[in-house]
Amino acid sequence: MASLKGKPPLIGWLEERLAFDAIQSFVAHKRVPKHSATMWYYFGGITLFLFGIQVATGILLLLYYRPSAAEAYESVQFIVTRVEFGWLIRSIHSWSGNLMILAAFIHMFSVVFLRSYRRPREITWLSGVGLLGLALGFGFSGYLLPWNTISYFATKVGTDMAAAVPLIGPTLARFLRGGDDVGGATLTRFFGFHVAVLPALTTGLLLVHLFLVQSFGISSPPRVEEQNRASGGPAPEMPFFPNFFLRELMAWYAALAVLGMLAAIFPWELGEKADPFAPAPAGIRPEWYFLAPFYTLKLIPSHVWMFEGELLGLLGFGLLAAWWVTLPFWANDRSGGERTRLLTGTAVVLIAYLATFSALGYWK
Amino acid sequence: MRTAALFLLFLAPLAAAGNSCLECHAALEGRLQKPALAFKIDIHSTRGFGCTDCHGGDAASGDPAVSMSRARGYKGKIARTAVPDLCARCHSDSNLIHKFKPQQRVDQLAQYRTSVHGKRLAAGDAAVANCVDCHGVHDIREVRHALSPVHPLRLPETCARCHADAGRMSKYKIEHTQFDEYRQSVHWTALAKRGDLSAPSCASCHGNHGATPPQVNSVAAVCGTCHVLFEELYKKSPHQPVFTAMGAAGCIVCHGKHKIEKPAVKMLSGDGSVCAQCHEADSAGGRAAAEIANRIKELDAALGRSEEILERARQSGMEVSEAQLQLMDGRENMIKARLAVHAFQTAAVAKPVQAGLVVAGKTYAAGVAALKERTFRRFGLSISLAAILATMAGLWLAIRSIENHRGPRSGTGGS
Repeated sequence: MASLKGKPPLIGWLEERLAFDAIQSFVAHKRVPKHSATMWYYFGGITLFLFGIQVATGILLLLYYRPSAAEAYESVQFIVTRVEFGWLIRSIHSWSGNLMILAAFIHMFSVVFLRSYRRPREITWLSGVGLLGLALGFGFSGYLLPWNTISYFATKVGTDMAAAVPLIGPTLARFLRGGDDVGGATLTRFFGFHVAVLPALTTGLLLVHLFLVQSFGISSPPRVEEQNRASGGPAPEMPFFPNFFLRELMAWYAALAVLGMLAAIFPWELGEKADPFAPAPAGIRPEWYFLAPFYTLKLIPSHVWMFEGELLGLLGFGLLAAWWVTLPFWANDRSGGERTRLLTGTAVVLIAYLATFSALGYWK
Repeated sequence: MRTAALFLLFLAPLAAAGNSCLECHAALEGRLQKPALAFKIDIHSTRGFGCTDCHGGDAASGDPAVSMSRARGYKGKIARTAVPDLCARCHSDSNLIHKFKPQQRVDQLAQYRTSVHGKRLAAGDAAVANCVDCHGVHDIREVRHALSPVHPLRLPETCARCHADAGRMSKYKIEHTQFDEYRQSVHWTALAKRGDLSAPSCASCHGNHGATPPQVNSVAAVCGTCHVLFEELYKKSPHQPVFTAMGAAGCIVCHGKHKIEKPAVKMLSGDGSVCAQCHEADSAGGRAAAEIANRIKELDAALGRSEEILERARQSGMEVSEAQLQLMDGRENMIKARLAVHAFQTAAVAKPVQAGLVVAGKTYAAGVAALKERTFRRFGLSISLAAILATMAGLWLAIRSIENHRGPRSGTGGS
């Protein structure tokens, strides 16, 4: 235990009860690998930082938001027009949600390219993919909450896709909608998912993810490990605190600058209030991170041989997701050698597919 | 033709069981074949009526000598003067017609007899329009069918087949330019370009079966069937007794007949304005017209300024939907002001103009406030960005300082 001598009595009292010295010791001894790809490590932290902003701004929005079909749109309109800096809070919440998902995708692909999922980090990978899934759930449920035309019809399309899932589809769609169609019950339900269910699940999984990251430390790419082995010397590292921490802080500030610019120069539009009896307007599309599967399903014919096209599409996405999630378990062959070509090829094809189909879904 | 003749001679007697009219005529060529082919889509055919219901004869017999014999009631081609009475045998019979359409009117013949067409036909002029000229002969469709010649979207062309024919109209000494003029009118734009089926076409003003040109004294009433409030104001206006005394036909004096253009402020004042046709510019009427025009221009300009600034604010990402909604009240006042013109009194126009100007003032202020807020936000963003960049620079210097003093340590990397 560190000496309490010479410290203010309150600090000393707290140190004795909160085991500051253990934390100090942990931080002082924590090391982070230093190499040319170190910058990719920051995206996990940026994702966490943006999640923190989501939580903070979400709580502020909760002070005024009213989750009912009759009041949701008007309450958001009140927030952005009447509440002091309400427009900024709402705009930051919307933009940081999107940037968080973007940062999470970058983080995920950097983990693949740097081979950071390798033994013993398989569960870290699984928890990370789970967190990305939860982030997409936040996006899907939050999109409906302003109850505007675009979000209403996009949710209809989204829940229709869920209805096409074999066996459980109709039940799943009914569970999501709280009825046969998207309506006030859906809004209340999505609000519940958005502010209670998903945050609880995310908090739990995030703690697991962070615990595992701390337990196993940050991985170095295989080529860096080989270089280190070849040189025979100690691997280049930097102290987590203050060196890496300050760099990470810079990355957070950069993210904050981008977020501030987007929120102030392109405030998130409110659109028109949803009218369930109006025909769906042209150009209905989901958020950008759902555009690729959305556009793919649009391209698939309604019937392929004896199967429904939508069903085949969903089956394909399911298999692709399973293939991707289980990546750490097939990344190595039986002799322990890495399937480098298969891994890199899968990741590159997936990035190309997501980029191309998202662009096509946006522009077409 | 040879094939048809052979068919009639040898095969037609065998076609006794079905509708021999259709079977034989379908095998013919040219004008004799045409009715049989067209009748397949005719509404009468789809409702179970056949050739013999109009033409008489016996469709059960495959022998033309029998089926088309006078003994079996065969009438042959129906004379044009006999068409209305023939159609009315069913269409004026409410017991029969209401079996098919319970709300269908059955007074078409009575109306037709009051029309100019009906009167001339009764006088022996077979060239005037009768039922089949508008509805078709063997390919009659329901009025609401898009291909029916009397569907609202096609009616003007149907009337124009005769009324735009200079040769045919010269006999009756009536104009033949109505269709061309109508196609330059706001009513045509609404009907044909916007697809508004409620927009007026020929029958809306002239009637359909009882087609008659509106008389001078009834023009305002005809226009007033749609433009109700305009008619009410006109009737109370100082122009009504004057126009009546002059024998001028109300609305037409200013707006014209078939070529009714979009009303504009230029109709009120300036050279070539409709008011200037009667009122000298420095007369009381001319001055009142100019004042009304100026008030409307003032409101239009004020609302235009508000629209422009609000749109600019919206495109900058500002939430101005409430003000834009409020601006609709201003546009509503503009409509009221344009309506009030038909009272032909400056005070009547000034009231909605004033109300509209108040709305325009408030919404313009909202637009100014939104743009001011946008500037404030961008200023705030600049300050925040400067602070963020300064902090980042400070962090970078701190990192440099730490690493220059201590240098990055080396040790075993995590794997």
